[in-house]
Amino acid sequence: MHGTDTFPTGARATKSLATEAEDRAAAAALGAERSPATPTEPEFWPNVHAPDAARTVTADVARLAPVGRRHALLVFLSNPTAVAGLLILAVVVGAALAAPMLFPDDPLEMAGRPLQWPGQNPRFPLGTDALGRDVLAGLVHGARVSLLVGASATLAGLLAGILVGATAGYFGGVVDDVLTKLIEIFQTVPGFILLIVLVAITQPSVPAIALAIAAVSWPQVARLVRAQFRAIKEKDFVAAARALGFGHGRIIFREILPNALPPVIVLASVTVATAILMESALSFMGLGDPNVVSWGSMIGTGRDLLRTAWYLSAVPGVAIVLTVLSLNLIGDGLNEALNPRLGGEG
Amino acid sequence: MPLLSVENLHAGYESGGRLLRAVDGVSFAVEPGETVGLVGESGCGKSSLAKVIMRLVSPASGRVVFDGVDVGGLQGAPLKAYRRQAQIVFQDPFASLNPRQSIAEILTAPLAVHGLVPRGERLTAAGDALERVGLPREALTRYPHEFSGGQRQRLGIARALILSPRLVICDEPVSALDLSIQAQILNLLARLKAELGLSYLFISHDLSVVRYFADRVLVMYLGRIVETGSWQSIFARPLHPYTRALIEAVPTPGRRRHAAPLSGDLPSARNVPPGCRFHPRCLLATPLCTQSDPALRPLGAGRAVACHHAPEEALH
Repeated sequence: MHGTDTFPTGARATKSLATEAEDRAAAAALGAERSPATPTEPEFWPNVHAPDAARTVTADVARLAPVGRRHALLVFLSNPTAVAGLLILAVVVGAALAAPMLFPDDPLEMAGRPLQWPGQNPRFPLGTDALGRDVLAGLVHGARVSLLVGASATLAGLLAGILVGATAGYFGGVVDDVLTKLIEIFQTVPGFILLIVLVAITQPSVPAIALAIAAVSWPQVARLVRAQFRAIKEKDFVAAARALGFGHGRIIFREILPNALPPVIVLASVTVATAILMESALSFMGLGDPNVVSWGSMIGTGRDLLRTAWYLSAVPGVAIVLTVLSLNLIGDGLNEALNPRLGGEG
Repeated sequence: MPLLSVENLHAGYESGGRLLRAVDGVSFAVEPGETVGLVGESGCGKSSLAKVIMRLVSPASGRVVFDGVDVGGLQGAPLKAYRRQAQIVFQDPFASLNPRQSIAEILTAPLAVHGLVPRGERLTAAGDALERVGLPREALTRYPHEFSGGQRQRLGIARALILSPRLVICDEPVSALDLSIQAQILNLLARLKAELGLSYLFISHDLSVVRYFADRVLVMYLGRIVETGSWQSIFARPLHPYTRALIEAVPTPGRRRHAAPLSGDLPSARNVPPGCRFHPRCLLATPLCTQSDPALRPLGAGRAVACHHAPEEALH
């Protein structure tokens, strides 16, 4: 009794707005501009003179703004400090990659007379240490260890943090309570103490150190991802995805995660820097992998001669400072490019 | 048999240890091919009702029966099958599309999830869906932020229709749009309904939109339906004082508005007034109204009203 068929007559009866003549004129006008493929209902809506959305001219869906990712890249590359960071990091990465070509010998081998100052001997531009090892070779090979540990620790930390944070934030309730407690347990233990304990338990090798650093740095990622997921899961496009019958995995990884990532990427660049610092600190204290040179271990061995040959500690120290600085500059640049509130993407 | 029937539905949210009853005993039906308008103030529970019907929120009690099946407790494959049949168009076209997915991804993902169209033909199907709502196929490679509000709402409609549902819940689909774009979207919805044989539950706070669009109107106040009927009869003779106030509030050219037709704010659903829930704002309230909660009683001719002071005799 309330079917659609009663509607057109009702509309005509009640709406005195449009007279019959106007009706016909409107219908004719609509009919003229409509494609013949849809010969329907002008009599349905006699009082309305607006074309429906499908019949409006939509020839051009203009590109209103550059696509998000490209725009973010532009913002990033037009930021001088970010580009400076990128250049410094490129030099460090290049040195690390080229190390076996530049210095094919083991950097832990004695190469010449000990304790030559930088510039003293053209064979050793940065001098030699107390055991006659080439400082430049150590620096270049140390970059490999530092970057490898920094990158793999961050990757592992991101993986764990994203999984835990996404699960907690998306499902909420008891799952969230349990996982948040777990995160808090890790965060209440001072990070570096936990790291020393973990490394002391395991054999000091590069993968073990990377995993131990990841175990210390994932809670921060998890907290951030959880907060992002809690905010984004309330958005309409997530409700639409649920209404369309998407599974949890698809909603987490395809719908929410790409929107949650920008601040995580920023955090990751800083986490790499922190991981490099942690590795250096461990090696400085002699807890690092004894079979490889790292910047931290170079500073550690140079410590005894700080008053007579300070360059032994200063050279790898400068390397650490520059690398960490470059990663922080990149992090700032990424933050500016990816954070919509700072006018980058949007 | 109605396509959708909602029976004594309750739903709410827990907040601060107290239950907020957003939907508080709602019953109605949507027949196949019918457009039912749901009107009410902001915060009266319209969108919550839509979310419960869509199973985005679980009902506390009562039944949502779709095509003879109670969907309230469905899980897994049967729930997925229901989702193919019932879809929703959201109010805010800027929040309802994933900003990091291209239109092609947005429109083909539902087909992939439901395994409806062979992989190689999904892009074609998505392009067809775009053309159905009046957008060019080239839009497939674009991202949501490249579209205007009206265009985005058309994308939302295309996404809702890509699974060929039978019921579409339109949750204030035009209230975020300019007036001229509103008419376009309404006409598009009307044409799609005629072409595809859809049923709509059309939610709006704007009576003139509902009046233009709906066969039958439900008036909702504070989680409950207070009056129903065909829109002609409701507009000709509103029986509930709240409906009367809503109709009075519609601006008409040439009619000078007297005092505000309705004073005060919608009470919180956390703190529902005793008796008739409208009585603190009602001009006709009597002591009876403060004590006894009127039920929605049928008056014939498809009308029903929840008011102690509505005429007793049946309407014809």
